[in-house]
Order: sequence, then structure tokens, then C-alpha cells
Amino acid sequence: MAIPIYASPAERAWQYAYRVICAAIFIFLVAPILIIIPLSFNAEPYFTFTKEMLSFDPEGYSTRWYDSLLTLGMQAPENVRDASWWSDAWNNATWIKATKNSLIVGFWATILATVLGTLAALGLSRPEMPYRRVIMALLISPMIVPIIIIATGLFFFYSNPCGIAGFSCGRLTATYIGLIMAHATLGIPFVIITVTATLSGFDQSLIRASASLGANPRVTFFKVIMPLILPGVISGALFAFVTSFDEVVAVLFIAGPEQQTIPRQMWNGIREAISPAILAVATLLVIVSISLLATVELLRRRSERLRGVTPG
Amino acid sequence: MSEAMTAVPLTTSDGRPLKSALASAQLRAKRRAFFLVAPLLLFIIVTFILPIGQMLHRSVYHDGLSANAPSLKAWFAANPEGTVPDEAAYAALAADFKTMKVDKTAGIAGTRVNYTLPETRSLITATARNADDLAPPYKVALLAVDPKWGDPAVWQALRSASSAYTMDFYLISTDYERSPDGTIQRVPENTRIYVYLFVKTFILSALITVICLFIAFPVAHLLATLPMAKANLLMILVLLPFWTSLLVRTTSWIVLLQGQGVVNEALIALGMIGEDGRLKMMYNQAGTIIVMTHVLLPFMILPLYSVMKTIPPSYARAARSLGATSWTTFRRIYLPQTLPGIGAGALLVFILAVGYYITPALVGGADGQLISNFIDFHMDKSNWSLAAALSAMLLAGVLVLYWLYDRLVGIDNLKLG
Repeated sequence: MAIPIYASPAERAWQYAYRVICAAIFIFLVAPILIIIPLSFNAEPYFTFTKEMLSFDPEGYSTRWYDSLLTLGMQAPENVRDASWWSDAWNNATWIKATKNSLIVGFWATILATVLGTLAALGLSRPEMPYRRVIMALLISPMIVPIIIIATGLFFFYSNPCGIAGFSCGRLTATYIGLIMAHATLGIPFVIITVTATLSGFDQSLIRASASLGANPRVTFFKVIMPLILPGVISGALFAFVTSFDEVVAVLFIAGPEQQTIPRQMWNGIREAISPAILAVATLLVIVSISLLATVELLRRRSERLRGVTPG
Repeated sequence: MSEAMTAVPLTTSDGRPLKSALASAQLRAKRRAFFLVAPLLLFIIVTFILPIGQMLHRSVYHDGLSANAPSLKAWFAANPEGTVPDEAAYAALAADFKTMKVDKTAGIAGTRVNYTLPETRSLITATARNADDLAPPYKVALLAVDPKWGDPAVWQALRSASSAYTMDFYLISTDYERSPDGTIQRVPENTRIYVYLFVKTFILSALITVICLFIAFPVAHLLATLPMAKANLLMILVLLPFWTSLLVRTTSWIVLLQGQGVVNEALIALGMIGEDGRLKMMYNQAGTIIVMTHVLLPFMILPLYSVMKTIPPSYARAARSLGATSWTTFRRIYLPQTLPGIGAGALLVFILAVGYYITPALVGGADGQLISNFIDFHMDKSNWSLAAALSAMLLAGVLVLYWLYDRLVGIDNLKLG
């Protein structure tokens, strides 16, 4: 982006203005996410910087909102913090319950989406695949169709899943299975996209080479295909996990009180009395997303190195 | 030589004709590829296609009256449209009211008729409450309960609602209604809401798409022209919001922009606005626009960037060396080459914006709500068929855009980060 030597003064001025504009846009992108981190340590129940905070007075900062994440919903939060206090927190604290639910649902939804999605991507990348374009469009559509439509459809369907066949067999609303299936559906497009992208650089003749050397299809899959597409599979899985971990609309429509996840709890917090405790949760989630982003970036570079593409 | 080749078809080593051996091998390969996709296809059909199909069915189907008023339905079937209701009709109606009272289904039946003719729900529930007192002659008895039972408009509505299949919900969601004589007309000016809502959603989405484009363009250009190491570093600033929870981003914007928020406090501290001049940037349309722009921006930057990276800088230099000004070079040489990226990003952002729910629900206030929020509103009020009709119309719009995206960009080119 060096300014060319033949640039006129006006062009030079524009180049500098352009950089300032870009800097402002980067600030617009990142500042809102970073600003909540210091605010989550506010000693007062306010959402702005207090005078004490601005003068870096330690009195202005505290971890009380992080503490409140633990104690909210506990039976005896005032007790001495011994083993029984911690077991109380582990079993009853609202946010800990929500975290457990998010992890359970996210984990199984990711497994389901990744296994089914990777198999399908392998099929879709074969040149012989019939109706490739239509099926691909169908499998990606959960990402495009508005979430409210999916959630509404699932709400009716789950209240009597066998109703279509004309009999009744219980319900899937307010169950873990139902929520896991919904989140897997939402995560599948991401797995398909990342794995087919990895497979597009995959040399199909390696499969024939492996077969000619005497490997059966199973050995070929685990020893030749899998190691090469693994980075794509893992980043697809991370996308699927984040999708589930961040999903609130399906939870609002089909989950019961036992399946409250972190986003559902945040939704409550934002809609009702918003307290700085929300900012503490948000800060923790930002840290989670930074580490996930770092993982995906490292995987992407590794994948490109393996495939002999220059990084970028 | 050539005669011999046409006379004797080529065979494989086991004696089969080569052509059929190839065909069966290709069929096998096809089947194998399909078997890999089949489990996921089945899963998607069960958790995605069936539920949405079932919901769309609901938008034309409501058996609230037809399931609970069998005698009346039979009378309508036996007598063509326009027949003046006779004593037999009133007897059928009275018989149905008696069963409705026992089964406690007058509410749902009334709700159904109410969609066709407003303010009839209370008529039906009130009459059902007095069903035990009804005695022959039924016409006189029913007219004594409420003279409205003599109104042809009510009977017209009953006839139309006695069929389980109806287009009424689509009429409502496009601001039309049935007049008493059965013709279709627009609802009065002051009660039209849905067309306005669709237009508003469309305009707001278009506005957000345009703002995103203007913000994304310089950044994507910078990322595409910087040296790789620097560009990768700055790319992280674009990807961080992409990976951050939507609710976290919405929370941050509430903290920044609300009345007592960081931006307002900072402006007051700087003396730019007074204590009573706090800017209203949250819980209104402005809030929806600002936050959705921030949320959808990466979806614009990424496709633009991947197109701009493939544009060789030598074209611009060639234009300059041939005497073009920098503005002409941009307009005639650079911009046309970025069009595929602009198309891809704009379509994607627009598709996502049209169906957005979470952000408008949390920061939109009263005037920043979109179609999705109204679907939710009607779900909440148990107006399920109306919610389904609105969903169907939204879905149709999104699918047209999706088809367009596939034609212009190709789903294979959808990239994430």
C-alpha cells in the first residue's frame, strides 16, 4: 500500500485520509467488543466508566459481578466457602447450570453435525454424485432460512413428531434430544462448507494410488483421506459448536426450563433487568471466542501448508 | 480394420461388453456417492423439511370450526352458496353449540370465524354458553340470544370458515379482508399493517446492505493490498466480531448507546451535548440499523476481500500510465472488477438481514421491529395460522434471493473466514 511516487499532493492527502477511515472502521468493528471487558470489573452497578475507574483507582474496580455469576441461584450463597458451598454452586447456581446445558447440547450437536456433514461432503465432492447442485443447496439452506421460521416449524413438529404419520408418540419439546437435533441442523451447513472447501484441493488420484498399493476403502479413509481433510473437519466442527453455543431462538421456542443455555440466560438478562453481571458473562464469552478464532486460524494455515498453497 | 472393430464390440476380460460394464461401474460409483449423502439428507428432511412443510400447511389449514361444527358443515355442503339459512340450518347450528359447550371448543371455533369476520368470536362463545336453553324453533331461539344470527355476513363467514382449507390467512397478511357480500377488498387505511411491515423490512435491509457495502469496501481493499503479514493481522480484527457471540455484541452496543451509556456520558463529559440532550440511539430504528450493520459487516468484507485479492494491481498502473486520473482508474478499471464481490456480499447480507430476529427484538424498541418479530408476536398470541402465513411469505422471498445467489455466485463459493 505504498503511495506511488507519481501521486499528486491531492492524491497523497486522500491516501492518508483513506488510512484514517480504515482505522475508524476497525475501531467500529472491535471497540464495542473490547469495551465491555473493563466495564465488567466496575465496582458500581453502572454501565459507564465511573470517575474512580477513569483515574485507575483500585477502589473503582472489583470482581463482584463475576462472583455474582457463581452465587445467583444458590441455596446458601452467604455460607463459608468450603466444599459444601462449592457443591451448592456446582449443583444450583443458575449460570453454572446454563453452562453445563450449553456444553452438553453443543457437544452432541457438534458430533452429530460433524459426522453426518463430513460423510455427506465426501459424497458431494465425488464427480459421480447425482443431483449435486440441488442437494448441496438443500443442505446449506438451514443457514439461509430465517431462524424464526425454523424455530416455529420445529415448535409445531416437536409437539407431536409422529403426527405426520397419523399417530401420537410423546413430544420432543423440552427435551435434550430435540434441542440437540435442532442445533445439529443449524450447524450442518458450516461443516459442509468447510469440508467441501478442503476437499476441493484434495487430489482424488491419491485414493486410486492407495487402492493400487493394496489398501481397502476403510484403510484408505483413515490413513489417507482423514489426515488430509482433518483441519477442515475440525474447523467445521468448531463452527458447528459456536453456532449451537450462540443459539437462542430455537432454545426460546422448543426448550424447557431444564434446558436453559447461556444465551437463553443472557436473553433473560438483557430483556429484563440488565445488570453488569451480563458484562462478566460477555467478557468470558469473548475470551472463549478469541481462543476459538486462534484455533481456526492455526488450522487454516496448517491446512494450506499441507496442501502446498501459500498462506493468505 | 475399422469394419472389424464395429463388427466385434469391445469386451472386458470376463467377456461383458465394455459399454455396459462402464455403465454399471458408473452406476455403482453414483450409488456409493449417494449413500454417503443419504444419512444427512434423511436427517435434514426430518428436522428441517418436514417441520417447515407442516408449518406451511398450517397457513392454509385451520379446522377450528370444521372439526367442531359437523352438522353445520353438512348443511353448508347440502345447500349451495347464497341459500337463505332455513330452520334446518339454525337447528344444525344449535346442535353444534350444544356439543361445543360439552367439549368446551367454542373458543377455538370462534377464533377461526373471527379470522374471517372480526368480532364474531364473542358472539359464538356467548351463544355456546347459553346452548342448554336453546329449544325449537331454533331460528327464533338463536335470534333471541343475539339478533346478529340473522345477519347474512355472519352466515357468509360461517360458510367460509366451515371448510378447513382457506386462503384467509394470506388475505390478512396482505391487508385484505372479505366484505359481507363475499368479495375481497383492502382493509381500511388505518388498520393496514402487514404490507407496511414487509416494505419496512425490505427498506431497512436494503439500507443496512448499502451501509455495510460502503464500510466494507475500503477495509476489504486495504486488506487485499497490504503485504500478507500485516493483512493477516488486520484480518483478525474482522474475524473477531464474526466469532463473538451475537448476544455479547448486542449487549455491548446496548452498553455503548443507551441513554445512560458510554457514548452519551462521553459526549456530556466533552460538553458536546447537555444533560437533557442525550441522544436516543437504542430501542428504536437507529438501534436496529447500527447493531445489524455491525453484526453483518463481516459477511460483506469477506466476499469482497476474496474477490479483490485476485485483481492484479498492474491493471490500475497501466490505466494510470495511459493518462487516466486516479478517480477514472477507480471508476472504470478497479470498480468493475470488484462487482462479483459486491454482488455476493450484498446478496448475502440482504438475505440474512431480511430474516433477522434477535437484534431487532432486543434493541429495536417499537419501531425497529421486522417481519420475524411479528411472526414471533403472533406465535405468542397463538395466532398460529397467521404466523405460518407470514412465515410462508417471508420464506418465499428468501428462497427467491437464495436461488438468485446460487445463479449469480454459486453456493460452492460461499466461504467462511
